[in-house]
Amino acid sequence: MKILVCISHVPDTTSKINFTDGDSKFDTNGVNFVINPNDEFGLTRAMWFKEKQGASVDVVNVGEKETEPTLRKALAIGADNAIRVDTPAKDGFQVAQQLAKVAKDGDYDLIIAGRESIDYNGGMVPGMLAALLDANFINTCISLEIDGDTAKAVREIDGGKESLTASLPLVIGGQKGLVEESDLKIPNMRGIMQARKKPLNVVEPEEVATQTEAVKFEKPAPKGEVKLVDPENLDELIDLLHNEAKAI
Amino acid sequence: MSVLIYTETEDGKFKKAAFEVASYAKEVAEKMGGEVTAVSFNANNASELGKYGVSKVLNIQNDKLGKFNAEAYADAVSQVAQKEDSKVVVLSQSANSKYLAPLLAVHLDAGYASNVVDTPESTDPFTVKRSAFTNKAFNFTKITTEVKIVGLSQNAFGLKENETEATTEDFSPELKDGDFSVNVESVDKAKDKVTIADAEIVVSGGRGLKGPENWGMIEEMADILGAATACSKPVSDMGWRPHSEHVGQTGKPVASNLYIAVGISGAIQHLAGINAAKTKVVINNDPEAPFFKAADYGVVGDAFEIVPKLNEKLKEFKAKNA
Ligand SMILES: Cc1cc2nc3c(=O)[nH]c(=O)nc-3n(C[C@H](O)[C@H](O)[C@H](O)COP(=O)(O)OP(=O)(O)OC[C@H]3O[C@@H](n4cnc5c(N)ncnc54)[C@H](O)[C@@H]3O)c2cc1C
Ligand SMILES: Nc1ncnc2c1ncn2[C@@H]1O[C@H](COP(=O)(O)O)[C@@H](O)[C@H]1O
Repeated sequence: MKILVCISHVPDTTSKINFTDGDSKFDTNGVNFVINPNDEFGLTRAMWFKEKQGASVDVVNVGEKETEPTLRKALAIGADNAIRVDTPAKDGFQVAQQLAKVAKDGDYDLIIAGRESIDYNGGMVPGMLAALLDANFINTCISLEIDGDTAKAVREIDGGKESLTASLPLVIGGQKGLVEESDLKIPNMRGIMQARKKPLNVVEPEEVATQTEAVKFEKPAPKGEVKLVDPENLDELIDLLHNEAKAI
Repeated sequence: MSVLIYTETEDGKFKKAAFEVASYAKEVAEKMGGEVTAVSFNANNASELGKYGVSKVLNIQNDKLGKFNAEAYADAVSQVAQKEDSKVVVLSQSANSKYLAPLLAVHLDAGYASNVVDTPESTDPFTVKRSAFTNKAFNFTKITTEVKIVGLSQNAFGLKENETEATTEDFSPELKDGDFSVNVESVDKAKDKVTIADAEIVVSGGRGLKGPENWGMIEEMADILGAATACSKPVSDMGWRPHSEHVGQTGKPVASNLYIAVGISGAIQHLAGINAAKTKVVINNDPEAPFFKAADYGVVGDAFEIVPKLNEKLKEFKAKNA
């Protein structure tokens, strides 16, 4: 089984979010970039398929040179090969088309992406990729097993879950549940050393169109002071929620 | 010109999200000089959408589409969009709509903006405001394709009545075998429980509650308020509560009208996921807990004393205001 894991390179969850160039660009100053958490769950599940079912695991990112440390980390966790499509990520559709080319060239059986990137929260690349490849697609995937060319998956829905089956090739939008938090691997010294020697292939991008453009950013208006209610006077809280906030 | 909405139903009845996308689409259609058309699947009373400004409903009656199936639904909705020559398609951000939208985008060659929080800033060029960086910022996105898809965040627009005579007709999409190649085997869903995605009110507990055995008072509050229950990440990681209740940056997003946090410190990753909730209340015995900076109302004190008392008072309030 050949697996491709799509890795998006995102600011870590504690990052301060600021913008530059007249609020038109994300300010990367002092920001620590990591593997998108949803992709880390997917990558760890892919390692399980490698260990237990002899799968090969490639990782791919669409981005410029600064994303390479993130791909190296994926190699240190245990991926076999990394591919970087050398172009800035402009919108979900452009990224999906670049990934579709890599996916076709590599003839993968299973493509693991994340439910969404925690930066732009697009939630669109995996579905678009599946549609472009005419492959099956399962989103918000929280459990995945492969037997021959059949996948058994569980997907989270609002208020519950759904069990599904689909044949390969398959694209998933994964999240926590694929593996547990405690299964995530921190690369060890040996992994990091090995990763240095593993191939990281830089490929030229396709000429593709975009459909959307991020024109500017804005930070939420600062919040007013919290109104504190005395624990001995909870009627006041109910009154505020009812009459002021109109929330109950 | 028509603005098409995908309206979700459950057991034949429209969900609140369907009325919200209708209300929103009506405003967009007015800005652009057009009408709102809806597509629904197995709806019992399709004309009900007229109340929120829909002029025409294409209802698809088909047993094969009784259960949501992303590929088949995407195929059907794009056929409706093409027939109606829709230039804007609006859907909610439920789990199913988020599954459907990117497939639809490829079928219709349409640009898609997700997590949209307001009516378009301009319709030419078509520019929408969306939340990004998990509610830590907003991002204005221009959609440059002829057909545009808007994913409207829950509770971002609300309901707006606009009594309209809605005509209804049946529509039979042409379905291919390939539409059903992802097979839904079974659905496991609590029937009588309010879900975090649909809830007006969410009551959430954190590590401050000490153990799963103390969740009775949280469930009681949720019961009184008709709310959904939620929790912080460590609580679900420790198995005190199911994963489906974990909210935050790496869990579910919350966009309810009211969020009540009990024994939750308010870590940045937790707040990111719940920032979109309109009113936030925190109950915590540490006045320095960061949640107090993010909340609208707060009570400093021991949850084990406050919550039971508050529950009694909420019961009285509900009895009076029923
Ligand atoms: C990559 C990453 C992603 C993450 N994603 C998420 C996420 O999506 N969601 C999330 O929630 N967290 C997330 N976290 C974890 C987050 O950083 C915090 O650790 C977590 O939110 C803390 O949970 P808590 O508030 O329940 O527990 P604590 O931080 O332990 O807080 C417990 C609170 O309860 C109060 N308390 C104690 N006793 C009482 C009492 N008797 N009465 C009233 N109050 C009391 C304490 O004062 C304290 O403020 C993430 C972390 C990382 C690194
Ligand atoms: N630039 C990128 N390179 C590789 N994979 C990506 C990229 N952007 C998004 N993805 C994948 O698509 C998923 C969803 O991203 P998004 O649609 O941007 O929210 C991510 O979790 C990744 O798996």
